[in-house]
Amino acid sequence: MSGLTRSDIDDILKLIDSSDFDELKLEMGELKLELRRRGSSPAPAPSAPEAPAPKAAEPVAVAAPVLVSGGGSEVPAPLLGTFYHAPKPGDPPFVKVGDTVTKDTVIGIIEVMKLMNSVTAGADGVVTEILAPNGELVEHGQALIRIQPA
Amino acid sequence: MAKIKRIFIANRGEIAVRIIRTCRELGIETVLGVSEANRDTLGAQLATRVVCLGPAAATQSYLKVGTVIEAAMGTGCDAIHPGYGFLSENKDLAEACAETDLIFIGPSPDNLTAVGDKLTARTHDEKAGVPLTPGGSVDTEAEALKLAEAVGFPLLIKAVSGGGGRGMKRVNSAAELPAQLNLAISEAAAAFGDGRVYLERFVTVGRHVEVQILSDGETVLHTGERDCSVQRRYQKVVEEAPAPGLPDTLRQGLLDAAVTYARHISYRSLGTVEFLVDVERQEFYFLEMNARIQVEHPVTEAITGLDLIALQIAIAEGKPLGMRQNDITLHGHAIECRLNAEDIQSDFMPSPGRIKQAWFPSLTGVRVDTHMQPGAMISPFYDSMIAKLITWGPTRADAIARMQAVLNLHTLDGVTTNAPLHSAIMADETFQQGGVDTTYLTGVLPRLTEDKT
Repeated sequence: MSGLTRSDIDDILKLIDSSDFDELKLEMGELKLELRRRGSSPAPAPSAPEAPAPKAAEPVAVAAPVLVSGGGSEVPAPLLGTFYHAPKPGDPPFVKVGDTVTKDTVIGIIEVMKLMNSVTAGADGVVTEILAPNGELVEHGQALIRIQPA
Repeated sequence: MAKIKRIFIANRGEIAVRIIRTCRELGIETVLGVSEANRDTLGAQLATRVVCLGPAAATQSYLKVGTVIEAAMGTGCDAIHPGYGFLSENKDLAEACAETDLIFIGPSPDNLTAVGDKLTARTHDEKAGVPLTPGGSVDTEAEALKLAEAVGFPLLIKAVSGGGGRGMKRVNSAAELPAQLNLAISEAAAAFGDGRVYLERFVTVGRHVEVQILSDGETVLHTGERDCSVQRRYQKVVEEAPAPGLPDTLRQGLLDAAVTYARHISYRSLGTVEFLVDVERQEFYFLEMNARIQVEHPVTEAITGLDLIALQIAIAEGKPLGMRQNDITLHGHAIECRLNAEDIQSDFMPSPGRIKQAWFPSLTGVRVDTHMQPGAMISPFYDSMIAKLITWGPTRADAIARMQAVLNLHTLDGVTTNAPLHSAIMADETFQQGGVDTTYLTGVLPRLTEDKT
């Protein structure tokens, strides 16, 4: 099903660049692509496997400049349920804005019928925003937090 | 008695739209649970609020009891309407509702158990004194021959542990019986590890007739019967009410038996008791009870003027029905055709795709229950039914004529539908005479489909 190559995506990005649209959602079977333009920033050069190595040292500081690359990615709720920021009431939250996360970092839990399901970030990066409120229903696919990919 | 203010609809397609319609009339808010594939459907556009339950696969969205309960509670609903199919007769959902103070718009968990599997249902049926297909269990040849005399031929030998057509043997005469019995017993032992078998009358010419029941727990009423004999592979294709050409004594017998059965199991909600009518013997046998709103409910609504969904909600609220059997009167005749996105010329292959144009003319006596609109996507994840055409007329011939008109005039561009099959059925002399049996459609299919090629 996923018939999109990297160069296809580059072509799509170019098309958006030359258009007036700020956002594009594309669904082809299993594949889902969401692109969003941040501000008036140009060339959203896809940030991919190139810059992983020496990031961990300077987490918070990076957040602002990296914005230029156009992206913040949202961590979607993998299932419907009640979203909790912390392991139990009164505990500090799993993550807060500015925290560095890896793809395996637990960012919250979703309760469905007294069953707790931990949610992981799914990508390496820095938390830029907590979107879903604590203790409220999140639907499947709803954005929970936003992270700036490393 | 609890007034319902906001209903969670745990379903999709045309029935979600149908439930929303009544909720709007009653001033009840609706929250529709959708899968990812159904976010942009008509139901989602019409509901007060929409929440996404999960991915397109029903097992990961519409069939998840915990997710449905969580979504209903999280959106402040006080009741769940399960529609038909999916979780509509799921005891776990009914029980979870009871535990969380949500009203399940359907029968009690006990009622669901009573009608849940065919064997339990049959036991209740026997106790209620409602006729079952004649038969019984046998161990020896002598027993079998004796029972066969009472049951008559042809008969079926069925494996107790079989099901779904497996482990069945047809026996046409007493001479065949001993050999077939021994074969059936050893086959059953080999296939199911259980050699027990029973005999059952084989109904050669049968009609599927069902009775709509309304019960508030005290008053049990019927709203007449529906004939659903036009079937293909046990799937109903055309339904109508009343059942044409059914002798009055047989009709009254069916209606009484359905009420007796519902009363016997203390049924409370709306439900349907299904019977097989043995045309040759002029007898009828209990098949099963469906504890939900049915696809074909509009034909009953058309001849009674009742809103069955509204009554189902009222019963769930604890309101008494406030009517008696005499208050329910039947007028005229109604027919329903199920329009499916399938290609009758290619062995009924499903035909998913995007609808370019959907238009159903508002003719007198025509009702269309559908979620189709221009741009609607018929996804391959769910069943292929995309619309129900319902026509009413003072006579059956009028209802057929109106159905022919709407079949000719409507537009559903973008996918292939079975509309040509319905046109052929409506124009068929045998169907027009009325009272066809369940083998009718399979028998005429070659003739109905070859005209078009």
